[in-house]
Amino acid sequence: MSSSHVPSQAALAAEAAPWPRRRRRLTWAHAFRFALPYLLIAPVLGTIGAILGYPLYHLVKISRERYGLFELIQHKGYPVGWANFSSVLHDSIFWHTLLRTVVFTVANVGLTMVLGTLIALLLVRVSSIVRVALTTGLVLVWSMPIVVAVQVWYWMTNYENGVLNYALTKLHLGDYYQHDWYATPLSQLSLVTALIVWGAVPFVVVTVYAALSQVPAELLEAAEIDGARPWRVFKDVTFPILKPIFLILTSLSIIWDFGVFTQPFLLIGQTHINTSNYLMGIYLFEEGYLKSDFGRGAAISILMLLMVAILSVVYVRKMVRMEEVR
Amino acid sequence: MTADAQIAPTPTAVEPARAAPRRRGRGRRARQTAWNLVGIAVLVLMAFPVFWMISTAFKPDDQINSLNPTWFSLHPTIAHFRDAIHRPFFWDDIKNSLIIVGVAVALSMVLAFLAAIALAKFRFTGRKLFIVLMIGIQMLPQAGLIIPLYVVLARYHQVNTLSGVIVTYMTFVLPFSVWTLRGFLIGIPRELEEAAMVDGSSRLGAFVRILLPLVAPGLVATSIFAFITSWNEYIFARILLSEGQKQTATVWLSYFTGTSRHTDWGGLMAGSTLVAIPVVIFFLLVQRKIAFGLTAGAVKA
Repeated sequence: MSSSHVPSQAALAAEAAPWPRRRRRLTWAHAFRFALPYLLIAPVLGTIGAILGYPLYHLVKISRERYGLFELIQHKGYPVGWANFSSVLHDSIFWHTLLRTVVFTVANVGLTMVLGTLIALLLVRVSSIVRVALTTGLVLVWSMPIVVAVQVWYWMTNYENGVLNYALTKLHLGDYYQHDWYATPLSQLSLVTALIVWGAVPFVVVTVYAALSQVPAELLEAAEIDGARPWRVFKDVTFPILKPIFLILTSLSIIWDFGVFTQPFLLIGQTHINTSNYLMGIYLFEEGYLKSDFGRGAAISILMLLMVAILSVVYVRKMVRMEEVR
Repeated sequence: MTADAQIAPTPTAVEPARAAPRRRGRGRRARQTAWNLVGIAVLVLMAFPVFWMISTAFKPDDQINSLNPTWFSLHPTIAHFRDAIHRPFFWDDIKNSLIIVGVAVALSMVLAFLAAIALAKFRFTGRKLFIVLMIGIQMLPQAGLIIPLYVVLARYHQVNTLSGVIVTYMTFVLPFSVWTLRGFLIGIPRELEEAAMVDGSSRLGAFVRILLPLVAPGLVATSIFAFITSWNEYIFARILLSEGQKQTATVWLSYFTGTSRHTDWGGLMAGSTLVAIPVVIFFLLVQRKIAFGLTAGAVKA
């Protein structure tokens, strides 16, 4: 990227004016030039500060206070030091939820990345008509609003006349007649996983497919002529070239799936949600918001935001570095 | 469509081994056919929920509640759509969604456009920090922001008001728009602006006459994408708006199942279709433009 000072100086030089006047105008122009980018970002910075910065400051404050409904109305918390944090960190539900969320995230991200990559590789091999059809179908899935997707999956997995039980039984994969998918935590979370992976795969496929087109065809041909098997070609030629994109997609998926809320909240349903199927987002919602224990909720929020911040470092650094290359 | 066509082997297909080339030409063709079949199977599996939503929405109740599903009704009905739009608060909530999304996106676009110019056209101290901020904010999990936003909005009596939700939506629409618009602005050749300025136009004149028309498609695409994310948002709307007639379309849909044991599946699917339609249309329009916003340049760099 060339230095952005160039155009303005060219413009200033063009305004040929008598020497003394020009000098003063130059100084003013320079000051303006220096301030301009800051003036341009000021509205965004101010707004973000007011609608996000201030709430986050408040979050830190009330995390060290007893802050329930009474305090919410009074606008004044009662300082309790680190009691909220210690209560959370001594809560076995918190640790179980954290462990469950980590396992859940690994399963979701793993499935999303593997299936997404396989379908992207498949897209390269099918004929163009199938490719257009498959891409359109994937984009259609991608465009589904989450709440809509949840309702459709809820209907498909209904125990009475859901199409999933019918299809599985008809295919002789076992007797799923009136099988209740919402009976055990494992089954509930597996359904949520299926829903999330289904919704997330199109983004991965489209991105990886676009990246695959950048892999030089000569390299692939050379490897094939040398007698490399498809797996070797992928491992030694394609994968190294796609590594940056895999890194970005994986870290994005980890961040999204770790903080997921809407899918488990709506698919499992509020009546079925309990400590045995909590994920971090839900734990936070139930403990902080529903119980109106905002001080403790704030402590959980801070812990969760810190964990995601750590997870985000890889992604943000990668993006900033790429921005610099431009 | 039969049940057997619905379920196909997962895309980890073993097909290539079977299609190993014995005779060159025919082997290649067989392998292509095999890949195509796998591709179609994946398409059927992935698109089935969308198909099932639409198919159910048009089905008469007896076919929906039958133990043997009808794949495609030969006697379609629009009764479920009529039911859905006559349910309480449907129009109220659609209107609320449109107001919230419209205001949040319009405000964000104006502010974000200015900041995007700064990022795309200037080098300044603190630029990198601003970029980190814009990318980092987009990574914050919404669940983690429930408590701080709720508490602060309650303090300023913005709970249960549309303005409170508008403000919350701007927390994610703004950074996204700054980042995406910046990408569109970078794509505009600097020479065009310079040419305009050498011709004697003022900086503002050059900006209006040259930059704005060039970046207009980018502005439209970014607005549409911001519209989609805000329209789909659920958790903040659910927490901040507690009265039926003040809620948004997604919250309306989430309450559709109700508490009764018997769910009106046809109505639910018709409602789902209605909520999804604007999003799907918009998404198909802009997907190519924005899809790579989050990962742009990852391979080239």
